[in-house]
Amino acid sequence: MPDSTVAIKGVNDGLLITLDPVEEWGLVTAELATHIDEKGAFFNGAEVTLEVGTRPVRKDELTSVKALLERRGMTLFAVSSDSDTTLESAIALDLRVRANSSPPSGAAYEPDALLSFNSEEDGLAGVMIRRTMRSGRSVRSQGHVVIYGDVNAGAEILAAGDVIVWGKLRGNVYAGADGDETAVVCALDMQPTQLRIAGYIAISPPEKRRKPKPEVALIRNDRIVVEDWDG
Amino acid sequence: MGANGGAAAKPQPPRKSATGAKVITVTSGKGGVGKTTTTANIGVALARLDQRVVLIDADLGLRNLDIIMGLENRIVYDLVDVVEGRCKLRQAMIKHKQLPELYLIPAAQTRDKTAVSPADMIKMADQMRPEFDFILIDCPAGIERGFRNAVAPADEVLIVTNPEVSAVRDADRIIGLLEAEGKKTPHLILNRVKTEMIRKGEMLSPEDVTDILAIKLIGIVPEDENVVSSSNSGMPLAFLDGSRAGTAYRNIARRLMGENVPFMQLDDNSGFLKRIQRLFGGQTG
Repeated sequence: MPDSTVAIKGVNDGLLITLDPVEEWGLVTAELATHIDEKGAFFNGAEVTLEVGTRPVRKDELTSVKALLERRGMTLFAVSSDSDTTLESAIALDLRVRANSSPPSGAAYEPDALLSFNSEEDGLAGVMIRRTMRSGRSVRSQGHVVIYGDVNAGAEILAAGDVIVWGKLRGNVYAGADGDETAVVCALDMQPTQLRIAGYIAISPPEKRRKPKPEVALIRNDRIVVEDWDG
Repeated sequence: MGANGGAAAKPQPPRKSATGAKVITVTSGKGGVGKTTTTANIGVALARLDQRVVLIDADLGLRNLDIIMGLENRIVYDLVDVVEGRCKLRQAMIKHKQLPELYLIPAAQTRDKTAVSPADMIKMADQMRPEFDFILIDCPAGIERGFRNAVAPADEVLIVTNPEVSAVRDADRIIGLLEAEGKKTPHLILNRVKTEMIRKGEMLSPEDVTDILAIKLIGIVPEDENVVSSSNSGMPLAFLDGSRAGTAYRNIARRLMGENVPFMQLDDNSGFLKRIQRLFGGQTG
């Protein structure tokens, strides 16, 4: 049983720890502690990427794993997951996140897992963040990014798909990062420091704004234009 | 670590986490916004209100708080001596010249931030909690080890910022990091406010700042030339009655004690005053 729930392997930039996505969480973390302790100080100083698959990990749960690793001289550096809950927890803890990325381990990924709701519409998966992104935070996704909150100046969003900000957009935003020129950026109050879509860059006009209103940025005739959102 | 290992310090009363000192860390991210001055003044103001106060200078390698408190020449032991077990905690605590309930634990000048760990700071704060009402920690600028040391034991964090875009940006970063640590939402002190410039639209107003940072203000300190001279002479402004900045600091101290203190009139421009009052709402006072 022990080997099935926790896998630790060395990757070029540190350790990749893969936790079983379905086994009871308390059991998995206990198993993890045992695994590390068996090796004594072997992992001391290691930077850890945690791979939890589809498991939704709450912030307090992630905090306790982070502490568990830190007590053993290791640093939790990044979290890789398919679950928005997990990614949101990781961002709340100021950790790097890897969403929907092809895992460095080669573990079998099921990219359609999120779409298996028998949906009539197809679409790209995305990350949903329900908090304000303050300066220094960043989100990256190979799908879309939705922020329910503000994006403050100094924060950064990068998405291969679209970016939707249900709040004030003041930071840097990059939609269509893989070259998709049909990508859009929407915000309730559009005042990004810098806005990029595919290969285009725009900055906000310097003049003071009037009443904020929802707007959409998109590429039209080879330039980024910002239009009122009329529904 | 192991500061009091074998040294058998005098028996301490059992720890009462609920009733012991409140540990407050003063931080900002950006340097030069007035963290140390703010720490010194709030400390003096609290001590003048008969609170038992310890100030800890956590800016290892760049110590300043001792100078502003006028206690530089009394330093024998410092924070690193305590952590590394070369002295007892009591020996590193310098009693203030006029205020017998005010102590300072100075930073080491010859060491760097790595000489202390967050766990050391928590341990030291816990040791002092039963005997004091307030433990104020002066945090170094930056977001690295020194910052993490200073906020580790904090029950409450005060963020000092100036009405400038760069200072506010750094404050925003700090708030994000505190959220990540699971700390209580910090309070904001807006320092070096010039009403004249705000009126002309040349400086961010308190409203502008709270709009960006979305945390509660606990004090607005007007720009005051006397701050520099009083810091130089080792006599924080909060000692003197009559100065505007000194009054602002004393008001912050009273608010920290749970009093509902109305905001002082910064300006005779009633429109501005009204906006300030609205910002603080009813309960913060």
